[in-house]
Amino acid sequence: MIPAPFDYARAGSLDEAISLLGSNEDAKVLAGGHSLLPAMRLRIARPAMLVDIGRLSDLSYVREDGDRIAIGALTRHHDVANSEALEAGCPIVAYTAGQIGDPQVRHMGTIGGSVAHGDPASDLPSVLLALDAEFVAQGPGGSRTIAAGDFFTSLFETALASNEVLTEIRVPKTTGGWSYLKFQRRAQDWAVVGVAAVRSNGSVHVGLTNMGFTPIRASGVEAAVAGGADPAAAAAHADEGTSPPSDSFGSEEYRRELAKVLVRRALEEAMA
Amino acid sequence: MTHVSLTVNGEQHEADVEPRTLLVYFLREDLGLTGTNVGCDTSSCGACTVHLDGESVKSCTVLAVQADGREVTTIEAMATDGELSPLQDAFHRHHGLQCGYCTPGMIMAASSFLKENPAPTEEEVREALEGNLCRCTGYQNIVESILDAAGQPSGARA
Amino acid sequence: MVATERFIGQPVLRKEDPDLLTGQARYIDDWTMPGMVWMAMVRPPYVHATIDGIDTSAAAALPGVVAVYTADDLGLGALPFVWPITEDIKVPVHHALSNDKIRFAGDAVAVVVAETREQAVDAAETVAVRATELPAVTDLEAAAADGAPLIHEDLGTNVTVHWVHGGGGDQGVFDTAPVIVTERYVQPRLIPNAIEPRGCLAYGVQSMGEYTLVSSTQIPHIVKVTLSGVTGIPEQSLRVIAPDVGGGFGSKLNVYAEEALALGIAKKLGRPVKWIEERGENYVATIHGRGVLHDVTLAADEDGKLLGMKFVELADMGAYYQLLTPGIPELGGWVYMGPYDPQAYWYEFRGVVTNTTPTDAYRGAGRPEATYVVERGMDALARKVGKDPAEIRRINLHPPFDEATPFICGLSVDSGNFEPLLDKALELVGYDAMRAEQQARRDRGDAKQLGIGLSTYIEMCGLAPSNILGALRYAAGGWDGATIECLPLGEVILKTGTSPHGQGHETSWAQIVADGLGVDPDKVTVLHGDTMITPLGMDTYGSRSLSVGGVAIHFAMEKVKEKARTIAAHELEVAEDDLEWSDGSFRVKGAPEKARTIPEVALSAWHAHALPDGVEPSLHATAVYDPKNFTWPSGAHACVVEVDTETGRTEIVKYVAVDDCGTVINPMIVEGQVHGGVAQGVAEALYEEAIYDEAGNLMTSSMTQYLIPSAVEIPRMITDNSQETPSSTNPLGVKGIGEAGTIASPPAVINAVVDAVSHLGVTEVGKPASPERVWRAIREARGGEGGSA
Repeated sequence: MIPAPFDYARAGSLDEAISLLGSNEDAKVLAGGHSLLPAMRLRIARPAMLVDIGRLSDLSYVREDGDRIAIGALTRHHDVANSEALEAGCPIVAYTAGQIGDPQVRHMGTIGGSVAHGDPASDLPSVLLALDAEFVAQGPGGSRTIAAGDFFTSLFETALASNEVLTEIRVPKTTGGWSYLKFQRRAQDWAVVGVAAVRSNGSVHVGLTNMGFTPIRASGVEAAVAGGADPAAAAAHADEGTSPPSDSFGSEEYRRELAKVLVRRALEEAMA
Repeated sequence: MTHVSLTVNGEQHEADVEPRTLLVYFLREDLGLTGTNVGCDTSSCGACTVHLDGESVKSCTVLAVQADGREVTTIEAMATDGELSPLQDAFHRHHGLQCGYCTPGMIMAASSFLKENPAPTEEEVREALEGNLCRCTGYQNIVESILDAAGQPSGARA
Repeated sequence: MVATERFIGQPVLRKEDPDLLTGQARYIDDWTMPGMVWMAMVRPPYVHATIDGIDTSAAAALPGVVAVYTADDLGLGALPFVWPITEDIKVPVHHALSNDKIRFAGDAVAVVVAETREQAVDAAETVAVRATELPAVTDLEAAAADGAPLIHEDLGTNVTVHWVHGGGGDQGVFDTAPVIVTERYVQPRLIPNAIEPRGCLAYGVQSMGEYTLVSSTQIPHIVKVTLSGVTGIPEQSLRVIAPDVGGGFGSKLNVYAEEALALGIAKKLGRPVKWIEERGENYVATIHGRGVLHDVTLAADEDGKLLGMKFVELADMGAYYQLLTPGIPELGGWVYMGPYDPQAYWYEFRGVVTNTTPTDAYRGAGRPEATYVVERGMDALARKVGKDPAEIRRINLHPPFDEATPFICGLSVDSGNFEPLLDKALELVGYDAMRAEQQARRDRGDAKQLGIGLSTYIEMCGLAPSNILGALRYAAGGWDGATIECLPLGEVILKTGTSPHGQGHETSWAQIVADGLGVDPDKVTVLHGDTMITPLGMDTYGSRSLSVGGVAIHFAMEKVKEKARTIAAHELEVAEDDLEWSDGSFRVKGAPEKARTIPEVALSAWHAHALPDGVEPSLHATAVYDPKNFTWPSGAHACVVEVDTETGRTEIVKYVAVDDCGTVINPMIVEGQVHGGVAQGVAEALYEEAIYDEAGNLMTSSMTQYLIPSAVEIPRMITDNSQETPSSTNPLGVKGIGEAGTIASPPAVINAVVDAVSHLGVTEVGKPASPERVWRAIREARGGEGGSA
């Protein structure tokens, strides 16, 4: 199907994008378009205006920044997946970017667009949550940094204001054990459940994909591991505090059990 | 209407388009390049795959305005002077197509992939096709075609 | 001396490919015409409702909108339904646009015509449908229950048809046999998903009353006859063209509302009218397949030797009948004995209307449904009597036969030799080694367990002969036509009544002609899919093309050669009996250098300077072939799966398909048909299912939720078509291969899944065997909470 009509403006600069967003409350940011355009084609999303930031090429980068790696919001999944800096410094992010969608999607879709869409079934958000990543947003009043734990606020909702643009994601260098297990029906599908486990400085962080309205930290599991539990025992806490959906891919009950199996396996991988 | 200027199969094109025009319809209806097909509404089937600046994308999920100033390559440019490209020829020799509707997308996805990975294993070929659905062939001869075009043996393993 | 077969049996590369590979093919959406307008359907907001009013004024006022029509505006007759399978069948009235009630999500109530695609779609959104919602019923058993909401009040019931096979043999065995197995199997609805959606373009000359419909269809000939009736356009003034068609699988073996509307609107407006289906529409407005429930009773002796096979089915018709709807389960009704030899047989089904998309022929059409329950039942019987699944099949297979032999279903099977197929499948899959590996994993208690599944099958192809179809109350015949024209410069034109959409008829048919007439396949042009060029045809479905249309070519060639022999004898100044057909020429017996080729005779027949008395100029002939029997392919498939007992996930480790389709014309194309058929069956077994929510809405409404597998999910397959038991039905010995893979594979896969976890106590996993279904089955068997999903 063809999207409903909309106005289109291509931003020549970040400031112009922010100003355009402020000019129309039904405006949406267009980056790669791979979260937004599918919804617009089904006419589930009908923005009055698209502000195309796709040409702001200075927002496409992966670079080391001390003990962190900074990823420009317009970096495509394909480039994240193939980034040498990430493969060396934070391989779970590169690996997980390669699990998103399919090659064509990864050639267009961007990390910023995916994250800002706030879809709890997306792969990278739970990884970024487990990594305690930081999100840099720029608005009319300047730039601010949002902690991962504060960024994902609800289903398809983030802490970004309607006139803010996500510009950068910073992840800590993490070369300890890690695992991202995506359980999906078909290779191109969203995760039925996904589990990110990251070991760093003696503790293990666990993020869950598609187990609630937002990506979720499995804090019960983390506490159990910290308390000395083995993966099997810790994994029993996997669905605590979650509210997984029931849909044609799996019931809530099944997702809860699946999360336990996957958390155990992810912990075993990350702690091996 | 928004003005776009882009290179398609090596030729420069200028047009005024509605912003909502999808690249695939711009190619098919404005330029008459009907080799690129539409199979779904959800970026699932990959029949519409073309190259944007040399890389595979689903042209049903790209606005024509996003392709402004960029280079697009479609199935029509794969054969030169009536000679099938090695990949197209491999599809022919291995019966890698039946109804042919998914075929342009398969070829465009595969040719982009082979640029990134010129000597793939069978598993890598299959994963590279995760975004392209075929209902006729069961994929086996498509995979054979791509392995052959890459000079890899049938059933190549890592 | 028999002509040497130079091309039949060879993997000749396809003539079709160059256009398809280079983007030069012409599918329906590639067609455009000056002055063309676009059609967009207005689909309803509910799945069951009474229509109170339709306000089209807002749509009509939008820019570019040419017209908006509702039910009574176009004067179209009811849509065709051609298979009233019983005398007392209740037939719902089905119009292109509904004017009283909305009965399913695809039940369009209006159509918008506009200058552009975008304008039509935008305007269709603004048509306001006022309707009173009614309780919806999408579940088969719920719809059949007393007090269920009626889909068609005038019919007085949702159970609209009851077809009873009538049985065979002593029905007493179902009570008296030493071993009785009873099982219930559910097969969900499937959505065919040809990758090309449907679409059509109608145009004509109003003043002459002549119209053409270009449609992405498998059946241009049947569309022409039936739409002539619906639209009132006389048959001789209606031409139907099937252009390049991007797959069908039965979903384009139908006559649809949009085709009738496009013609009706072209007639009314005098402008070309185009409609292209969106995928979302395809999911609700193009036919679905399967959607059945079986109660199975197998009677056997203590050794597992079958005494009787009994099947009682409930089949979901959907909200209306499409072209063949209730005929689909009936078609399966003749293969419930499988390749076995029971003494008693019973089959009956009830058709139930629901608030869902009509069902109709989906690859296999009735035979996959039947084969699934037969082959699941055989594994259940094996478990009951403690036999290996291979052994239970072996002891029950019908002995080999070369000539038509009556089976317990009441029809005669053309030929068969089943046990070597089973042996070959077991050998190729490495049965004993797989069993050993399975045992090792069980002994170790691995999380990932191995399962081996088998399926031995027989199927009935080549929908024909006409007299049997008539006895079964099908409105059309089962014949097909072929015309051969030998042109003066050596080219041969074949006009076939089949209508390919991926099967490669242009290549295989050319191989048959090349061998028959002693010409090169490159010299043979195959024309198809246009009722003006090839008026004698019954189209492509039910694996009938080769076994009917392909055989018609043989008889047309016989006629051509008979005439050519007369001319050659005259030119060579010998008696006709002194000529023999050898090495692609008519040769004088004893002096083979004195010869005439078909192209030489064609030139003589064209210039006609010296033809024998009474012989007409031009070398051409038409044959219309009506088979004397169906054809009956058979085979044995074996599948090995690995099941993750913790997550329920199934991976196929190995798949073997051994099929006997009689004479193979092109082994490359046959293998491709098996690959595609098996892939669709694997999809059915593990991935695909139409799921409705409580309100009757389709939840799996796009390719993101309806799980068509990709190259990652579909396994590499091992195929074997080396056993070619010739059909006794036709002189080519051909049987058909288009549906075999889809018929055989679902039970092989599900039997393997169940086998993988049977040591845990699991005896049934529903189809598709999704991870959650497998996980639930394991949990239930282990005594946990449960119920199957």
